[in-house]
Amino acid sequence: MTFELSHFTAALVFAACASTVFGITQRNTPRDMLRYGAYCFALFVGGVIVAAWAMWLIKH
Amino acid sequence: MANIQDTAAKTGAATNNPMAIIAPLAGWLLPGLGHFIQRRWIRGLLLMLAVFIMFFCGLGMQGKVYGFNTGDLLDILGFVGDVGSGLLYFIARGMDAGGGNIQRAVADYGTKYIVVAGLLNIIAAVDAHQIAIGKKP
Repeated sequence: MTFELSHFTAALVFAACASTVFGITQRNTPRDMLRYGAYCFALFVGGVIVAAWAMWLIKH
Repeated sequence: MANIQDTAAKTGAATNNPMAIIAPLAGWLLPGLGHFIQRRWIRGLLLMLAVFIMFFCGLGMQGKVYGFNTGDLLDILGFVGDVGSGLLYFIARGMDAGGGNIQRAVADYGTKYIVVAGLLNIIAAVDAHQIAIGKKP
């Protein structure tokens, strides 16, 4: 079975999975895990958006 | 002095605890299992889902599963990352899945997904070890 993800969707899935593991493994309490996971997810997605705009600016 | 003795006693207890070896091994073989056997059900389930989703999305995007090799350094590191997925890796290799597809840009993402799934699973296995030796609740 094969499927096609857009670049952005692939980045979102990656961010969600990596953030989940980072959140659970790098903090001790459920509340801290949730906060750290959300923080990592925001950084991943924010990084993608910043990089995308940077590449757009370089191209134009 | 008492603190030193306490620490030594804790270290000794952690070393003698068989779970300190079993949990990371189980977690490596099957993602999340290291947490399940220590009754961390939700954490184990979330870790299992994260690694499974990344691994199977990688295969679905026609990513490459690296075999054992002694060639290019990046290929060797790719193999090391892939093996981190434990049984998933061996099953995928056994089924001849993960042949890769250089004609699709997304297939390269798939290759990275599979490598990162293995690396995340290693982090999860280390976490299971930390729980087993009492360094983490």
